[in-house]
Amino acid sequence: MASSEEDGSAEDKENNKKKTKRPFVTAWLTIYNIAMTAGWMVLAVAMIRFYIQKGTHKGLYKSISRTLKFFQTFALLEIFHCAFGMVRTSVIVTGVQVCSRIFMVWFVTHSIKQIQNEESVVLFLVAWTVTEITRYSFYTFSLLNHLPYFIKWARYNLFIVLYPVGVAGELLTIYAALPYVRKSGMLSVRLPNKYNVSFDYYICLIIVMLSYIPLFPQLFFHMLRQRRKVLHGEVMVEKED
Amino acid sequence: MSRVTFFEVEILDPKTKEQLCFLDKVEPHATIGEIKCLFHKVYPQWYPSRQALKLDPKRKALKDDEILQNLPVGTTATLYFKDLGPQVGWTMVFLSEYAGPLFIYLLFYFRLPYIYHHKHAFTSSPYPAVTLACVCHSIHYIKRLIETIFVHRFSHGTMPLRNIVRNCLYYWGFAAWLAYYINHPLYTPPYYGNKQVNYALAMFVICQAGNFSIHLALNNLKSDGSKARKIPYPTKNPFTWLFFFVSCPNYTYEAGAWFSFTIMTQCVPVGLFTLIGFIQMTIWAKGKHYTYIREFKEYPDLRMPIIPFLL
Repeated sequence: MASSEEDGSAEDKENNKKKTKRPFVTAWLTIYNIAMTAGWMVLAVAMIRFYIQKGTHKGLYKSISRTLKFFQTFALLEIFHCAFGMVRTSVIVTGVQVCSRIFMVWFVTHSIKQIQNEESVVLFLVAWTVTEITRYSFYTFSLLNHLPYFIKWARYNLFIVLYPVGVAGELLTIYAALPYVRKSGMLSVRLPNKYNVSFDYYICLIIVMLSYIPLFPQLFFHMLRQRRKVLHGEVMVEKED
Repeated sequence: MSRVTFFEVEILDPKTKEQLCFLDKVEPHATIGEIKCLFHKVYPQWYPSRQALKLDPKRKALKDDEILQNLPVGTTATLYFKDLGPQVGWTMVFLSEYAGPLFIYLLFYFRLPYIYHHKHAFTSSPYPAVTLACVCHSIHYIKRLIETIFVHRFSHGTMPLRNIVRNCLYYWGFAAWLAYYINHPLYTPPYYGNKQVNYALAMFVICQAGNFSIHLALNNLKSDGSKARKIPYPTKNPFTWLFFFVSCPNYTYEAGAWFSFTIMTQCVPVGLFTLIGFIQMTIWAKGKHYTYIREFKEYPDLRMPIIPFLL
């Protein structure tokens, strides 16, 4: 789903505090965010090159899947950043977002090969790529205390389009995968067995799709509130001048 | 005759700063609880347990027993009001949380129609382990209901309504999920057979007795009516001797009971329920343990929060 949240207005203060107290943490976070920005840019370039060369989206996922898996899985580190207090965000919020991405990449597109050429895959890949490049460069420039306005603008405005587009891509992909899961019975456990448990991956996917209904609006409106706080705060400063 | 200076109390909305209510001629020794009753008369929909009154919108809510003249206010006190939402009493919460699983498990035990394949409706399992599990599960929740009605004394009066919804979903949902597998026609009895079931049953009974003893002991601490917290100590009852080693033996016994139930049924969903419960109880036990340590300098060194010597 979406990218992890940070309180934009308090970020500068936080970063200044971090700078004076924890130079190594800041250095690591800067390196991490630069690397992730670069990684997703590589992904974006690879996707554009493939489409220009081949003129179709078929085979696009396969060509970038390694890079995608690497950088998206690497994002698990962000959970630790929150847990160790290096970043001022809730562990649970970050955890849910990273895990939903990991789930999509490893348990849907990687495991169910037949849907890799669906258009919906390109839909969420594009949404994720633009989102992540914006987000990681936002964090990078914030840490370096030189945040160009257009990055801040992008971070707090592009999501209005990218969130719904990404969610649509993800849901359509899972929906397309359902018949293949049903047929293969993958990742499922049936009774009887000595652990007296059963698990139906097909039903699990349906539950995942349904969970978007309560979760997506919450995340979306959270970002909208952040946006109002950051942009509204700017307006206030102007008025004082 | 001494002159009594009456206070004036204005209650504001923290966001709009609009004055919701103005009370004059308030006794200086009036409590926050009494002020809440006066506010309730003006706004009947906001009963006292739903109100949070604060000196400052950002600070914590004032306690009901705080006295007006002891607060850092002038003769005109300004309080901010927050609506805590619909509230429900603790007793009501616990009764619904525990009555649900008791009843739901029985639906699965008696294999009511539409749960399993219709040819299994109203049939019973051939395994004694399944009947034993039903008895144990039911006794566990009946014990909890009895404790809620007759034993426990609750310190806070109420909790927000959404908590009861969330808690009930958790208890009822898990009860349904584990009952589904234990009472399933394709249930597989434990690997080591009756030996496994009987040992687990013995441990289950011991843990239930232990848990009940601890609840009684904790209840007796508050029996003289004073609100002050006291250190619980082991009594003549051997089950309470766990107090030598842990701060919250009630949680220890509870975890032990569910662990035995897992062994008795050899069922992964039960194990998951046990694990989640154990994690939650450990968090609570640690909180309680450190509160004890902060409050009492003479708190016994040997005690750990929930597992002797370990956790």
